[in-house]
Amino acid sequence: MKKLRLSLPLLAMGFVLGACEQNGDDGPAPYSSTYQPLPSEPTILQGATVLTGTGERLDNADVVMNDGRIVAVGSGLDPTGLTVIDASDMWVTPGVIDVHSHLGNYPSPSVDAHSDGNEATSPNTAEVWAEHSVWPQDPGFVTALAGGVTTLQILPGSANLFGGRGVTLKNVPGQSVMDMKFPDAPHGLKMACGENPKRVYGNRGSAPSTRMGNVAGYRSAWIAAADYKRKSDAAAKGQGEAPTRDLQLETLAGVLDGEILVHNHCYRADEMSVMLEIAQEFGYKVTAFHHGVEAYKIADLLRENDTCSAIWADWYGFKMEAFDGIRENAAILDRADACTVMHSDDDIGIQRLNQESAKVIGAAARVGINIPPERAIRWFTANAAKALGIADSVGTLEAGKMADVTVWNRDPFSVYAQAQQVYIDGALAYDRNDASVNPVTDFTLGTSAQQGGAQ
Amino acid sequence: MRFLTRTFALLLFAEIAFGQTIAITGGTVHTVGPDGTIENATILVENGRIAAVGNDVSIPANAETVDASGKIITPGLFSPLGAIGLSEVGAVAGTNDSTQRGTQFAAGFDAAEAYNPRSVVIAISRVDGITRAGLTPRAGGADGQGNSSHVLSGLGSVVQLGDEPEHLVRRGAVVVANFGETGSNVAGGSRAAAIQVLRAALNDAADYQQNRAAYERGDWRDYSISGADLEALSAVLDGNAAMLFNVNRASDISVVINLASDFGIRAIVAGGSEAWMVADELAAAAVPVILDGVNNLPGNFDRINARQDSASLLADAGVTFAFGAGVQTHSARLITQSAGNAVANGLDWDVALAATTLVPARIWGVDAVAGSIEPGKEADLVIWPDDPLELTSYPDQVYIRGAAIPMESRQTLLRDRYLQPDDGKPPAYRN
Repeated sequence: MKKLRLSLPLLAMGFVLGACEQNGDDGPAPYSSTYQPLPSEPTILQGATVLTGTGERLDNADVVMNDGRIVAVGSGLDPTGLTVIDASDMWVTPGVIDVHSHLGNYPSPSVDAHSDGNEATSPNTAEVWAEHSVWPQDPGFVTALAGGVTTLQILPGSANLFGGRGVTLKNVPGQSVMDMKFPDAPHGLKMACGENPKRVYGNRGSAPSTRMGNVAGYRSAWIAAADYKRKSDAAAKGQGEAPTRDLQLETLAGVLDGEILVHNHCYRADEMSVMLEIAQEFGYKVTAFHHGVEAYKIADLLRENDTCSAIWADWYGFKMEAFDGIRENAAILDRADACTVMHSDDDIGIQRLNQESAKVIGAAARVGINIPPERAIRWFTANAAKALGIADSVGTLEAGKMADVTVWNRDPFSVYAQAQQVYIDGALAYDRNDASVNPVTDFTLGTSAQQGGAQ
Repeated sequence: MRFLTRTFALLLFAEIAFGQTIAITGGTVHTVGPDGTIENATILVENGRIAAVGNDVSIPANAETVDASGKIITPGLFSPLGAIGLSEVGAVAGTNDSTQRGTQFAAGFDAAEAYNPRSVVIAISRVDGITRAGLTPRAGGADGQGNSSHVLSGLGSVVQLGDEPEHLVRRGAVVVANFGETGSNVAGGSRAAAIQVLRAALNDAADYQQNRAAYERGDWRDYSISGADLEALSAVLDGNAAMLFNVNRASDISVVINLASDFGIRAIVAGGSEAWMVADELAAAAVPVILDGVNNLPGNFDRINARQDSASLLADAGVTFAFGAGVQTHSARLITQSAGNAVANGLDWDVALAATTLVPARIWGVDAVAGSIEPGKEADLVIWPDDPLELTSYPDQVYIRGAAIPMESRQTLLRDRYLQPDDGKPPAYRN
């Protein structure tokens, strides 16, 4: 890596550029991903039932991985020069992707000193980045890996109107969060509507304390962001002075520029409708509503806006805004061709997004909505990758994509299914049959997890 | 208006059904009893009870017959922890009645009078196959006025989720005690203080039992706890109630086993994340465990050694266990997911099914009437199209005490409304 050598004029230009990352001419920007794939060898998984994530199911098919990429998917592929894995009786899918996790920033053990998910000191903390709270020693990363998870987005919590930037990670525990960052993945921006912000701040006697207060809060922030963006853009063209760099406005302007994706915690159908109005007012897109307990009530609207719904199978009743949760939520969305994503928001749930999806498949079948495995698998692979802006890299088993692959011992929608092997960038990151392969975070040394327990 | 009419119609159907003779034929019946699994069996239900089950059951002429060919039939599922009927919306304090922070009652707090048989949670749970539940009072954090929960949370009862009263079929079956970090929080900062509070309370109750008349006359010393608490703990000392301990850490479980032995009381361990580490002690003391079957992470230092295969380790050591978790009031069906995951991690399938049916019934002391499909027991039955532990499998029909329950809930009403196509009118007009 070349040493950074910034001359004075270059430094001055760096300040003028303002909102851009401060990297001068040499070396990667600060906070860049330093992720390195684990060592791998060219491998062929032979004779499996393959769910590609594109909506296809291939029986008795092979998947070839080389140099971190998927080379080919099909029947009777040439195994010459490859490590051959007999995957007959196995099911092979893209690696599981969870778009909503607090692993690392609300890790196990859940002690006050680890409570790093909500900067609940102001309703707008767009300036914080969730990645700066991530503790890579969270045992939950490893149990998620044992559940087949290869990629996950770590988000701030939902105490605030604007919670901060989310980060997408490769599920390979590293020494620092930078070691885990998914290369070139866009940042997310966590927003939250509904009960949480107005309860947190209303209980302190400050704004917002109502849903209308929430909305005024978003709109005021976007007004300031639009102004910041206008001035920054002008300065870049030499018209006027750049505004003083402001982390909060920089993040919001990133949304307006289309570079940062909005992940909006929102439960009620009426509120999601209002949030879409706000997005229209300021010219940005809601990439995904999260939790969306009532998304089934506005499936067509969500499809028309190309907004994904990242939801649970059936959580309901824990808050008023979750009172109308039904198990058929994902089925009704999927039937309407709205982007449907199964998420967890839970360190236990992340280990079994396949099982949660199975709950929906069964409920849907009872009302005549037939969802075959090759379609349901998309909820936590291809659709999830789309919601994270990384669909070009992962989410399906297609030639050229990163070889993030999960091998299951049976149909993944059975409660008895377990991930047997998990490949990330073509490297075996987890093997249920060989504990020596598997990561053990520092925190779990000497505990049952190291003896093959918690997984 | 239509909703009310439909509800009354369904209740009427249930009333007519109660006491009817029903013959359910052709299914694969997992009795969870000595007869094991019977293929192509007939279950005869009379007056709300199982009259006969087997291959050579003669069906009376007046019986309503239900063809269950190709189906699987199990006993009703039993959710052994939680607050079904005592908590409508978790975050709405006024609807939660299983936690109290007053100073008059601790062990003697009885949530039974707060039970709401019309709670939406009941219908939602029973269409998933839950027919009975153990209701457990629980400790919460301090409220806004600094009032704290107690080491002893109060009395737990068994409810049947059918439409016919009596709903509470066994009141005061357990007294709930909090140990571990929860106990520490309510006992002033150390879990050891929680044990001291508990021992003092039991000692008071033991003394009270010997001197009840004098106490009531006012001729005896004061106790540190109220009369209701003394009565509740006397029932535990008499063996008429068990003490259910919320506890996870291995060393804490050992303390509980020793305390139970000291006082000669029946103990139940609820939580049990590290129970596998003291499985032999639990088996030797015949202390059953209500196990959170999916929580495999070290959520706090009481659960550092949580593991996904706990259940099979407990089974191997001869420990009696059921699946349940106190947070599962609104998601009681998690018990079958726990069971299925346990099977995936080495547990025998029949043991897993028993852990969702007969074992929790036995832990709560109602196994004489529920938990298995055996002649004489009340007819809590679930007809499944498929393996009940598979998450794609939902009950076709549930019977509670011999009555077919309406397979409807608030959730099915919402579902049916929003399955209808958009006809241009607001959904509120879709009926």
